[in-house]
Amino acid sequence: MAIIEVDGLVKRYGDHTVVDGVGFAVEQGEIFGILGPNGAGKTTTVECVEGLRTPDGGTIRVCDIDPRRDTGELRQLLGAQLQESELPDKLTVGEAMELFSSFYRHPADWRDLVDTLRLSGKLGTQFRRLSGGQKQRLSIALALVGNPRVAVLDELTTGLDPQARRDTWDLIEDIRDRGVTILLVTHFMEEAERLCDRLAVIDSGRLVALDSPAGLVSRVDERQRIRFRPSAPLDHAVLTALPEVTSVERAGSQLVVSGTGDLLLAVTTVLARNQVVAADLRVEQTSLEDAFVALTGRPFDA
Amino acid sequence: MSALSRLTVTETKLFFREPMIVFFALAFPPILLVIFGAVPSFREPDPSIGGLRVIDLYVPIVVALGLATFALNGLSQLFATYREKGVLRRMRTTPVKPGTMLGAQLLMSTILSVLTMVVVLAVGRLAFDVSLPRQLPAYLLGYVLAALAMFAIGLLVASLAPTGKSAGAIGTVLFFPIVFFAGLWIPRDNMNGVLRTISDLTPLGPAVQSLQDATAGHWPQPLHLAVMLGWTIVAGGLAARYFRWE
Repeated sequence: MAIIEVDGLVKRYGDHTVVDGVGFAVEQGEIFGILGPNGAGKTTTVECVEGLRTPDGGTIRVCDIDPRRDTGELRQLLGAQLQESELPDKLTVGEAMELFSSFYRHPADWRDLVDTLRLSGKLGTQFRRLSGGQKQRLSIALALVGNPRVAVLDELTTGLDPQARRDTWDLIEDIRDRGVTILLVTHFMEEAERLCDRLAVIDSGRLVALDSPAGLVSRVDERQRIRFRPSAPLDHAVLTALPEVTSVERAGSQLVVSGTGDLLLAVTTVLARNQVVAADLRVEQTSLEDAFVALTGRPFDA
Repeated sequence: MSALSRLTVTETKLFFREPMIVFFALAFPPILLVIFGAVPSFREPDPSIGGLRVIDLYVPIVVALGLATFALNGLSQLFATYREKGVLRRMRTTPVKPGTMLGAQLLMSTILSVLTMVVVLAVGRLAFDVSLPRQLPAYLLGYVLAALAMFAIGLLVASLAPTGKSAGAIGTVLFFPIVFFAGLWIPRDNMNGVLRTISDLTPLGPAVQSLQDATAGHWPQPLHLAVMLGWTIVAGGLAARYFRWE
């Protein structure tokens, strides 16, 4: 059974419909991504899941709980990391962990969490003196201190440098391995591609697609392209004869072979048989970004 | 430890990390009393105020000043800043109830204000021979009602102000008329009829009079208790009505 079920969600602010009929189901143990450009309605959608906003239409169940009706129970089961929320300036990391763990029925061992999130050396440091990455890690630790079954992480890596971002991704995978289901809001293609088992693509308040990252990509275009510099002249006909190959073009000293299926294996086998070595070989595949453009008909302006 | 006590302990720790607020809320009232007491004429019995000394009148005024500082410079600014920075929003995603959050703030403000009151009474008694309250239950009743009224006003300011800074500004603007009518510049006994009538209707005028009456051994006047209760209900009701988490 799905751990989060959203069906026909509608949310309006005045005349403006921000979320328009979004629906998806998140399975236990998944990292489920909500991807879309800024202003697409991602945050509003998860705020409804978190019980922070009342939907104007549709239904939501989290662990079989209605977030608006049984808010108290939801708070025990769902840990949230919010965009742009801070802690008191002079609160230390240790005090924050101790304080937040006192809110829950069955809190996790916060010292353990602090270790996992590499904050053990910062227990006595005040919030205002933490770096951006440390603040984000503390925010994740606080979202997990109640031993939640679901963690909602909203724009977690925005504003982090590339190394801190990669570190955070590793952490998220660790958390999933502890059995926590993760709902991840992001506008980074790379993040979605790297982390998510499945993705809901949202644009202008509507659900555009729902699939695995690879599934989304293949849905748009299955074609692959291989580029290489042949070590010896090669008759194009040898390649075009392959069922996987659709076209062969010359670009300067390089050959560009387009095709589908097991293209790489087919091409390299033929090359080996003809004793040609492929130098500077590169395989180009459709990216999630290409998929987004194809799905929404406009460039991704993240 | 329960969420309420943990929150109260944490808030108190944070309070003591703000030296300016600590000074004005805790240390300033006793210091002010010492300054008033240093004026020789304030220590002479004055027949125009029934043979009391000016310093006798200033002890309840300074106690009321302590409450006003806590409510208008501490509580209101703290809560508005928490909202501005998303601290309240963050708390909303946890099982802690809004009332618990509020309760912790009020508990801390009450405990620390009572501490200030005790210090002010002790300084008055030991340094200037000001008599302690003869009617203690009446004194405490007056004090609790005054605290409720002032904290309700502080929370109303926190509810209406868009930012922590503006809460500080609104608090300061309200602070001066409220402590004026409490008698900080002209004690109530020296006010003319019009001023004293206005003072009777402000939150701290009745507070000071009730504390003064209880010190002399009398129960507060019903009008004064009613006015303080009225401020609590109106300001508290409006604060609850306009309270926003974000």
